[in-house]
Amino acid sequence: MEHRPVSEELRTPQPPAGGSIKDDLYEPVIGLEIHVQLATATKMFCGCELSFGEPPNTRTCPVCLGLPGSLPVVNARAVHFGLMIGLALGSKLAPRSIFHRKNYFYPDLPKGYQISQYDEPLCLGGRLQDVRIHRVHLEEDAAKLIHVGSSGRIHGSDASIVDFNRGGTPLAEIVTEPDVRSAEQASVWLKLLRVTLRQLGVSDVNMDEGSLRCDANISLRPAGSNQLGVKTELKNMNSFRFIERGIRAEIARQQKILTGGGQVVQETLHFDPASGAITSLRSKEEAHDYRYFPEPDLLPVAIDEQMLAAARAAMTELPAERAERLQRALGLSAESAQQLAFRAELGDYFEAALAAGAAPAPPPQALANWITGELAARLSDGDGDADAGAGGDPSLSRVQPSALAGLVGFVAAKRVSVGAARQVLDKLIAEGGEPLAIIDAEGLAAMDGGDELAEIVAAALAANEDAAARVREGNAKAIGPIVGHVMRETKGRADGTEVARLVHEQLGT
Amino acid sequence: MSATDVLELSAAQAADAIAAGSLSAAELFDAYRARAAADRAAGAAGLNCFTWVAGDGATPEPAAGALGGVPLAVKDLFCTKGVPSQSGSRILEGYLPPYTASVVRRLEDAGASLLAKTNQDEFAMGSSNENSAFGDVRNPWDRERVPGGSSGGSAAAVAAGLAPWALGTDTGGSIRQPAALCGIVGLKPTYGSVSRYGMIAFASSLDQAGPLTRDVRDAALLLKHMVGQDPCDATSLAFPGEIELPTAERLDGVRLGVPEELSGGGIEPGVLEAFRAALAQGEALGAEISEVRLPHAPHALSAYYVIAPAEASSNLARFDGVRFGLRAASSPEGENASDLLDMYTRTRHDGFGPEVKRRIMLGTYALSSGYYDAYYGRAQRVRTKISEDFRSVFEQVDLIVTPTAPSVAFELGEKTADPLAMYLNDFCTVPMSLAGIPAISIPCGLSQGLPVGLQIAGPAFSENRLLNAAYALEQSLGFDGAQARV
Repeated sequence: MEHRPVSEELRTPQPPAGGSIKDDLYEPVIGLEIHVQLATATKMFCGCELSFGEPPNTRTCPVCLGLPGSLPVVNARAVHFGLMIGLALGSKLAPRSIFHRKNYFYPDLPKGYQISQYDEPLCLGGRLQDVRIHRVHLEEDAAKLIHVGSSGRIHGSDASIVDFNRGGTPLAEIVTEPDVRSAEQASVWLKLLRVTLRQLGVSDVNMDEGSLRCDANISLRPAGSNQLGVKTELKNMNSFRFIERGIRAEIARQQKILTGGGQVVQETLHFDPASGAITSLRSKEEAHDYRYFPEPDLLPVAIDEQMLAAARAAMTELPAERAERLQRALGLSAESAQQLAFRAELGDYFEAALAAGAAPAPPPQALANWITGELAARLSDGDGDADAGAGGDPSLSRVQPSALAGLVGFVAAKRVSVGAARQVLDKLIAEGGEPLAIIDAEGLAAMDGGDELAEIVAAALAANEDAAARVREGNAKAIGPIVGHVMRETKGRADGTEVARLVHEQLGT
Repeated sequence: MSATDVLELSAAQAADAIAAGSLSAAELFDAYRARAAADRAAGAAGLNCFTWVAGDGATPEPAAGALGGVPLAVKDLFCTKGVPSQSGSRILEGYLPPYTASVVRRLEDAGASLLAKTNQDEFAMGSSNENSAFGDVRNPWDRERVPGGSSGGSAAAVAAGLAPWALGTDTGGSIRQPAALCGIVGLKPTYGSVSRYGMIAFASSLDQAGPLTRDVRDAALLLKHMVGQDPCDATSLAFPGEIELPTAERLDGVRLGVPEELSGGGIEPGVLEAFRAALAQGEALGAEISEVRLPHAPHALSAYYVIAPAEASSNLARFDGVRFGLRAASSPEGENASDLLDMYTRTRHDGFGPEVKRRIMLGTYALSSGYYDAYYGRAQRVRTKISEDFRSVFEQVDLIVTPTAPSVAFELGEKTADPLAMYLNDFCTVPMSLAGIPAISIPCGLSQGLPVGLQIAGPAFSENRLLNAAYALEQSLGFDGAQARV
């Protein structure tokens, strides 16, 4: 819903991500508008505490109810959080910004206008990885409308009731440049934005509860063109899955129109995740004239050195910086570094495990692999959103960071095989404890490459004569059943590499 | 003390008498309460100054504080907890706010007792008090004439002796013009010196509360307890120093500037005559009088009638029938509102009077896409020019003097059919409002047997200078307002 000049020329045209458009005739151009509820103690313009599911209309006062005579006062903490977001995104922080009134009538808007920022926002420009930021501004949230009756929408409902608890909650609106080229890219980038905001501590960034909401401006243009097509605005998607599905559905809809020789109509759309349908909320002709003008009840926000210093002092290491550090200082692969940094709970766990002083010490890359792979997979609650619910956060599991570090150290020192280590991890997740104790109790210590293993290999060759013959003939893949036999016999304690070596030794290949 | 004697006292004198023990606060309150209640009971046969009067037994506890329990009439648009606060509008009929305006609370803390709420033009839009949903207010000097507006009820009540003093608000002249037309003192303070929290807004960047009183000393006393920064109003400012009770008897060396743009064309001859006589009196007191120029002042009215309606169109959007006040859910024929838009439309159609609707439309147009720069943007640039005019004039003179209003009180109905003629009432007062500077109106004589107001304006926060000059002139002019008392 932001009015902004759309830059005609994009800095780096990016190829569409795989799968979004089959014939590559059209290239999607997507800009995102993200509303973030700020985790302040009180509302944007009054002293009411923020509401977390209290009974309706219990967190209200004359100001957030828009009663006659009431006046707004800016929440300094919201400005502080806004500056932190600007710093994190590399924005230019405006020394002076202005609140405007955005006028329209709706029952969830008690004053008949929303206090927002217009042409002089708090933060201008910036970038988060591959997407440029247009601006960040502060505003107040609307109240919550509940439509009673069959439809659940205002049309056709029997009655609509208003809960003003949410009204006036501070919001930061982050507007990107139209740099996104696919639904997948949008989803990945939003996840990075979310973890960045969470790391800053400025928001709960919980999409289910609406503390992070996203609109997408979507247009298509012939591949290779730098002209922008007619855009539509897809409103208020509240999960990563819906965002991805919604954008994909809208791209498909526009593509169908364009390939059929039609024209896309500029309008505001609603994506229904249940049916997958896209419906029009209003067309350009019905668009509001918001009659923006400077809010006369507030003075301009003047940012002084003290406020800037406070915002800088409150900055923590951001995910992108953390990824860079993990890669540089510990030699992690770019992918692992990013996985750990973008899921702060995994990164924190990784760094705790590394610092646990396990002997033998786990190699960082192996430790990272175990955390992002084996451990994360076992703890996942199956939510593809990778939300840091209890299921996804290893610090909430029974596996102590020191225990995992110890286990990975043993694997690296070949004191336990990978297969056996997986069994130990299962045990750690179920019961907790120390890896060494489990290894001893279960008899999972790696077999050394001595006579015992050689005998088991010889027995395995005898039991798999066909396979042995094929290996002898040079078919490397045929070794599988022989190794499998050994592993069964040793309950996984044998080292796979050592087994393969002994097979070849005994076969003389 | 007899009841008549009590009513002869100015508010400051009454507060002194209470402090000295020669008068009880209850006695004073009862005397005024009875008079105010009688006017309210008389309906159209009275002056119709009030929309609410404290009931029997509302007599305040013996009040401590500098204001000693002296009763105060408060313009309807100030929110007073549990007491009707309707801003002269049908849309707020019977509205009982859950909180009290900061300035009213401040005065109550200083010992003022809420006597009554006063009638006004709807949402403070008007210069004659003929735009009230609760009926016209009449001028105590002549019942067939208007008291001015929008604080017409407050001005008429003080002039008629129905209240010792009153609170009003001034957006483009709404304290000063009715004070002039009713022969009393009215002061619009520097913008930001009095909290607006709890004042039902007309135009946020212009609205300012101020006193309407019998004399200058009362104005100073009331203002003293009104000013101060309020954490609930981001545009309020700490008043530098304190408001002091004026004592000046002479104006030696005081440079008074007379802007030719506001003291010539368009002003009634009788008003000009009284104004010039007052200037002569000032000169006799030692003032140096010179002519000054406010070249952009003639454009002030045009700029004002863009800016004020623009802000009003937004400020009045909250009157939508959803949370408080009137909700026209059905037509007079009992037909239900068909949808949300229908409910909004009917509520605002039924709830707002014609002048309010006119200004909402003006303001909506001025802010609309494609017209913003031509109207609102340009009006703001004129406003800046006017402020610059005043700044440069105040490098040459200490104070500016003009007639307050271009005419004496006019007859009821005389200008209701011609909004532009009505708007011209604010010709001399609007420039100061746009510049946010303080200005006071004091009675300076009679024309056609009706009072004429003299406006004195100064730089921001020069209230003490203003009050002293007004006091010296008042003492020497010897205007007698007693004949208006009923």
